[in-house]
Amino acid sequence: MELTGAKILLECLGREGVDTVFGFPGGAVIDIYDQIPNYPMQHVLVRHEQGAVHAADGYARASGKVGVCLVTSGPGATNTVTGIATAYMDSIPLVIFTGQVPTSLIGNDAFQEADIVGITRPCTKHNYLVKDVRDLAMVVKQAFYLARTGRPGPVLVDLPKDVVQAKTEFEYPDSIKMRSYNPNYQPNHKQLQKVGELLSFSRRPVIYAGGGVISSEASEELTGLARHLNIPVTTTLMGLGAFPGDDPLWLGMLGMHGTYAANMAIGNCDLLLSVGARFDDRVTGKISSFASKAKIVHIDIDPTSIQKNVVVDVPIVSDCRLALKGLRSVLGRETTDWQAKHADWRREVDGWMASHPLTYEKCDGPIKPQAVVEMLYEITKGEAIISTEVGQNQMWAAQFFKYTKPRTLLTSGGLGTMGYGFPAAIGAQFAFPDRLVIDIAGDGSIQMNIQEMATAVSYELPVKIVILNNGYLGMVRQWQDLFYDKNYCSTCLHRNPDFVALALAYGAEGYRITRQEDLEPVLRKALASKSPAIIDVQVAQEENVYPMVPAGAALTDMLLV
Amino acid sequence: MRHILSILVENEPGVLSRVAGLFSGRGFNIESLNVGPTLEKGVSRMTICTRGDDLIVEQIIKQVRKLVTVIKVVDLTHMQSVDREMVLIKVNAEESHRAEILRIADIFRCKVVDVSAQDLTLEITGDQGKIRPIISLLQRFGVKEFARTGPMAMKRSMQLEED
Ligand SMILES: Cc1ncc(C[n+]2csc(CCOP(=O)(O)OP(=O)(O)O)c2C)c(N)n1
Repeated sequence: MELTGAKILLECLGREGVDTVFGFPGGAVIDIYDQIPNYPMQHVLVRHEQGAVHAADGYARASGKVGVCLVTSGPGATNTVTGIATAYMDSIPLVIFTGQVPTSLIGNDAFQEADIVGITRPCTKHNYLVKDVRDLAMVVKQAFYLARTGRPGPVLVDLPKDVVQAKTEFEYPDSIKMRSYNPNYQPNHKQLQKVGELLSFSRRPVIYAGGGVISSEASEELTGLARHLNIPVTTTLMGLGAFPGDDPLWLGMLGMHGTYAANMAIGNCDLLLSVGARFDDRVTGKISSFASKAKIVHIDIDPTSIQKNVVVDVPIVSDCRLALKGLRSVLGRETTDWQAKHADWRREVDGWMASHPLTYEKCDGPIKPQAVVEMLYEITKGEAIISTEVGQNQMWAAQFFKYTKPRTLLTSGGLGTMGYGFPAAIGAQFAFPDRLVIDIAGDGSIQMNIQEMATAVSYELPVKIVILNNGYLGMVRQWQDLFYDKNYCSTCLHRNPDFVALALAYGAEGYRITRQEDLEPVLRKALASKSPAIIDVQVAQEENVYPMVPAGAALTDMLLV
Repeated sequence: MRHILSILVENEPGVLSRVAGLFSGRGFNIESLNVGPTLEKGVSRMTICTRGDDLIVEQIIKQVRKLVTVIKVVDLTHMQSVDREMVLIKVNAEESHRAEILRIADIFRCKVVDVSAQDLTLEITGDQGKIRPIISLLQRFGVKEFARTGPMAMKRSMQLEED
């Protein structure tokens, strides 16, 4: 039987196991929307297309599945760009369907036309313009395959209106052959043996893990290996949760706002075992002094990550999980007493941990933002999915909440997108309706996608937004404070809305906390509620994030509290 | 150092901008770029000349390889290869210089493809070793128009050991 492109698309989504699509309609995709009620998947109507992509992204990060969104042509499509670039930088699997003007009008500056394939070429893993309905099923199949395999990433499929309306026989291909795309999953055995040799010579090894450990589901292997070898572990922001944040081997995050212990360990290690991380400049600081005494092993699924920023001694292009498994079996034959071998190094590292723990000045007066995050950890016992906005709120959420499981922190690491956290929390709540999902926000960032409160309210999602309200674009103010003579140009938010009234206006709950003694009871009450809620916490206005490595300085040159 | 990359791509719309956009977006320099279909249906060959130290070129090659429409990338720089470029050059050719220009054309086995009272247009094909000197020889007569394809290249079948 012949089906229209619209039906074919929805059939394909069913075959790919898609149960939730985040989107926003328009003329170019109205034929698809016309059919959605006939299919079992749910369509989540957001209020802005950027929200749709971040929600799909939060859904994907929390669940490990591919996030899907559907938007119209022109402005609908261009509104997705920030979300796509966010997912691209963090290697999140998404498939974005955009409407397009009919093929006969493409290139004619038609109403609501945008060359979205051209626009998103540099920020998608791949993208397609479907010109013939007979290609549609294959393209969708390829799009999902590309999004979730190898180094995951967003794939965009542009659907001209006439293609969606045209009919053809539907047949879902059961296999894909793409001769130009063959990710390599298996590690090279010789290279693994080299790592084994390096390990036997090294005295001061450190594991540096990133988001790749989470996307390849390698947390267990990572944890097992670190404990077996008695090696301390640090992760990037994206890697938080890949290693239990309450383990004695845990150093905390490294980098610009990393812990003293993690950055000192990197500066003094003689072997750096990097797994699924890409040596981002926020992590390495001054590149020439990053792990400068160490041999470097780099495990990554993406060959372009290797040798991009640092020269490595042992490159291993493979899936992180398979590499860690392989390494474990290479080491299986060793008789070394690893606990004893690394005992001295552990003592040194533990010394750094003890002398400079993550901390802040505790005093009476305004609530400290760090205390809010600590309190959230205490109340939830870590059993929550945390998303963040970008800025100081993000760094405090990274530093003062302990992530013990993967996929519990959703944050825009690579692009640093303000406005990410709230829609991402909505996406995560769709993936896990029964879990507590909290967006830790700044008063600046939350205003970038606050319109999604309408989405949260209309789907009755119990998402919580905790605003660390400092009246500033705090992280930029911090830079002005430290490096620009306190010239607070354009970082003071002196006319913020009344966030409690705003929440109420949307039909959500609103709470305001101004005194320390209210912090615990009000947070407890708000988190227990079944409604979406904003908790506006008035915090110390000029608090800074420490430690801090100034941009371009060596990791060991930290400004401390 | 100059590198010649030979790249096989799926011949889909937009493939050129995918490759070229990758170079510009990542701050790599393209010195020349040449594309044309191969005998295999749906497959084109691009020859790209670029410059950079080994680490940069390694990164360029990996990034190009990562594009989903790229089938194969070969760096011909460290291989025995043949490369050819074609240049069209229209030089000033007053009576007094005409004989000399034709003599140079003859020595380098160029073809005269157009003549007028004021100028001569020559077609030059060859590798860089040939093209560079002839261009510099002709420049002193005054060049009116100039077009070049950028090199196309292929690996030699026999990769003999160099001593
Ligand atoms: C879309 C976007 N615009 C600008 C920036 C630059 N930026 C980074 S942090 C920051 C301040 C964020 O302020 P706020 O959300 O109030 O959080 P705080 O730092 O105070 O916790 C800004 C403007 C950004 N990351 N993203």
